[in-house]
Amino acid sequence: MGGPIRFRVNGKAVELQADGGRALLWALRGDLGLTGTKLGCGEGYCGSCTVLVDGKAARACQTELRAVAGKEVTTIEGLAQGSTLHPLQQAFLEEGGFQCGFCTPGMVMNALALLKEHPHPTRAQIVAAMDDNLCRCGAHPRIVAAIEAAGRKS
Amino acid sequence: MTTPLNRRAFIQALGGGLAVLVSLRPRALAAQDRRRVSPEDLNAYLHVGADGRVAVFTGKIEMGQGVMTSQAQMVAEELGVALASIDMVMGDTDRCPYDAGTWGSLTTRMFGPALRAAAAEARATLTAMASQALGVPTEKLVLADGTFSVAGEPGRTITMGSLAQGRKLTRVVGEAAVLRKAADFKVMGRSPLRLDGREKVTGAATFTGDLRLPDMAYARILRPPAHGAKLKSLDASAAERMAGVKVLRDGDLVAVLAADPEACAQALDALKAAWTPQTRSEDPETIFDHLRRGAPPAPGAAPGVGAPARKVSSTFTKGYVAHAPMEPHTALADVKGRKATVWASTQTPFGTRERVARALGMEAKDVRVLTPYVGGGFGGKSADLQAVEASRLSRLAGRPVMLAWTRAEEFFYDAFDPAAVVAIEAGLDGKGRIVAWESHIYAAGGRGSEIFYDVPGARVLTHGGIFEGRDNATPLHPFAVGPWRAPGANMNVFARESQMDLLAQAAGLDPLAFRLAHLKEGRMKRVLQAAAEAFGWKPRKAGRRPGRGWGIACGEDAGTVVATMAEVEVDRATGKVTPLRIVCAQEMGLVVNPTGARMQIEGCLMQGLGYALMEELRFKGGEILDRNFDTYPLPRFSHLPKLECVIVENPGLAPQGGGEPAIITVGAVLANAVADACGARMYRLPMTPARVKAALAAPAPPRKKGKA
Repeated sequence: MGGPIRFRVNGKAVELQADGGRALLWALRGDLGLTGTKLGCGEGYCGSCTVLVDGKAARACQTELRAVAGKEVTTIEGLAQGSTLHPLQQAFLEEGGFQCGFCTPGMVMNALALLKEHPHPTRAQIVAAMDDNLCRCGAHPRIVAAIEAAGRKS
Repeated sequence: MTTPLNRRAFIQALGGGLAVLVSLRPRALAAQDRRRVSPEDLNAYLHVGADGRVAVFTGKIEMGQGVMTSQAQMVAEELGVALASIDMVMGDTDRCPYDAGTWGSLTTRMFGPALRAAAAEARATLTAMASQALGVPTEKLVLADGTFSVAGEPGRTITMGSLAQGRKLTRVVGEAAVLRKAADFKVMGRSPLRLDGREKVTGAATFTGDLRLPDMAYARILRPPAHGAKLKSLDASAAERMAGVKVLRDGDLVAVLAADPEACAQALDALKAAWTPQTRSEDPETIFDHLRRGAPPAPGAAPGVGAPARKVSSTFTKGYVAHAPMEPHTALADVKGRKATVWASTQTPFGTRERVARALGMEAKDVRVLTPYVGGGFGGKSADLQAVEASRLSRLAGRPVMLAWTRAEEFFYDAFDPAAVVAIEAGLDGKGRIVAWESHIYAAGGRGSEIFYDVPGARVLTHGGIFEGRDNATPLHPFAVGPWRAPGANMNVFARESQMDLLAQAAGLDPLAFRLAHLKEGRMKRVLQAAAEAFGWKPRKAGRRPGRGWGIACGEDAGTVVATMAEVEVDRATGKVTPLRIVCAQEMGLVVNPTGARMQIEGCLMQGLGYALMEELRFKGGEILDRNFDTYPLPRFSHLPKLECVIVENPGLAPQGGGEPAIITVGAVLANAVADACGARMYRLPMTPARVKAALAAPAPPRKKGKA
């Protein structure tokens, strides 16, 4: 066991006594109890574990803890303000941008990274940015609609 | 076989308030199996509590199909309460009535009537109580959002909760309740925000892998390199020396336990195992001959189609397809003494209960299975090996065990949609009418194979069922096969509808006109016409841009009729097929939640692109070569065509299935569009670029000229 590794999660400072090679995913889901970030494939191919590291989308299953030292990590749990959903979450809810909901946290976080870079993305930008996030239920058309709706409102 | 609770004990257990239980009618009973644990003749129940909350208990589970919301809508409608006052209790074997499983697009059409009847009976009972409490005849009562008021006197009210308070009332009804008319619906027929939506967009939704119990250990299991390989020797000494790691062994089951998933993975890597070689040798190319040879003869005569004016003979094939839900199989088991509690990602909580009980030598009543949200199933979460494994490990370890399969395990132990072969011979007369048809089906079963076209004496011969030979000493397939969204129908519709286009071509007729000419008046014809109108179908080459083609496919599944049209572009240089636009018209009787129904159609179309264009398991005998999404492709955002869903109204018909019908048409509609675009007739799914390119290079039969 190494450590300590200090970083911020959803605005709060955390300090973990952990091996720097530990996957951020397990630190979040295990040590910090933030289970909204999902494990879908474990090898970075599906995007279910997408979080933001300093505002950029990252695969938590492929991100070592040492890489986030001193950085700000944002997970799906960090978006809503109390009972008020983040506009992007509200758009996913209203447009029905989910079915089983397992890929949804990763979809929302990946879309959030896109919107930070392109607040009003074109359809082509949405498709390009979201293409490596997999959904098996086929919620794709409504996920695109949700991101477009959030883009219109921002 | 387990002993059901008797009805009296079950009712005793319900406690205060008003409970309404529905006994099954024979048709619904037939759709179940008989291994029920809750009272044998009860299907659904709901409970109105003193706080006015309505609890609905259902053995169905929510895996993305939206039935948590649509079932609540049915109860809210018939009971006369707000949707927000309903709490759904799903897939808990101790609290919910027995259910065989969430599959077959059965939830709404088979279970819906029971739920609606329970709610209607509750409304009738509460209305009578309100009449007495307020001292007015029932005709003078107005019911809205769970509150009765007296017509014209809005101050005189009483709530359902206060009527239920302090009572212990139980009603048992059949399904023949007086239901509200579609014209009066306030909650059904609409599309409220999904009840699971807020939790799912905030990450608060609990899936099995998100649960934590005190002293819980994570487990990983040693897996063979191929199906059929047996453990020859094991050196676990290195793993056993690792701090915090425990190696467990029970016969063939070898596992490592640790407090953390990463420690588990390291311990698993430290196990040194040797395996016997596997014995199977089939591969994705040889499998089709293997299946034809291994299939039993079909019952009934197969005289062939004789000597019609024009004969078209075709053989269609399709490879194995994975379920690949985004949530891998996961279970948390807590076995203590003679009781087991198991949380599982499963489509069959009651089946899981039986399987766990059998594995542990327990009675089913001592096993409780709970089903959190399920992260996709598509038929693949019906066997639940992971729940049995977690339970065995929990008993061995004496502590709760969380077992989440890796993606590689998910592929390895998937019960794949079987590879299949369909051979069809059909004949035309001199006027372009089909006069003979004989289908031979190998490993796809009969679902979706019906010849609903007007063809006198059409024969469909199934050489064994879809899972034929699954339980043989040497199974027909080299690994597990099982139900995959509309089992067998994707293959059967691909074959039938491709053959219809080949016959239309042979007759020199437009495929739409040819189909319409072979359909009698009815639901299918109406749906096909609706699809054609929405799509803007034009005969022959009219309206197509170069390199593009249009296709049609019709299908019937789960009581629903569906017609799909698609436009694709084919790149002749690469063979790549790009679907540009898909219009799907569906008639499914009364629609409980239109947006939910559309989401299911869209999901079917999008998922269907996979088996049509890209998905085919690579394997070598019992060795599964695809282990993650780097080599096994799923449809992505960049594959998303323009989708249009047309729901053809038929509110006079009870609700029919919606989870599967649209997917059955996708292979055929794209194959027909590809042929229209470039002349290449695709007889095998998926239509990969290499296969399309090869078909383009092969000499094509000359197209017969005909009238548009």
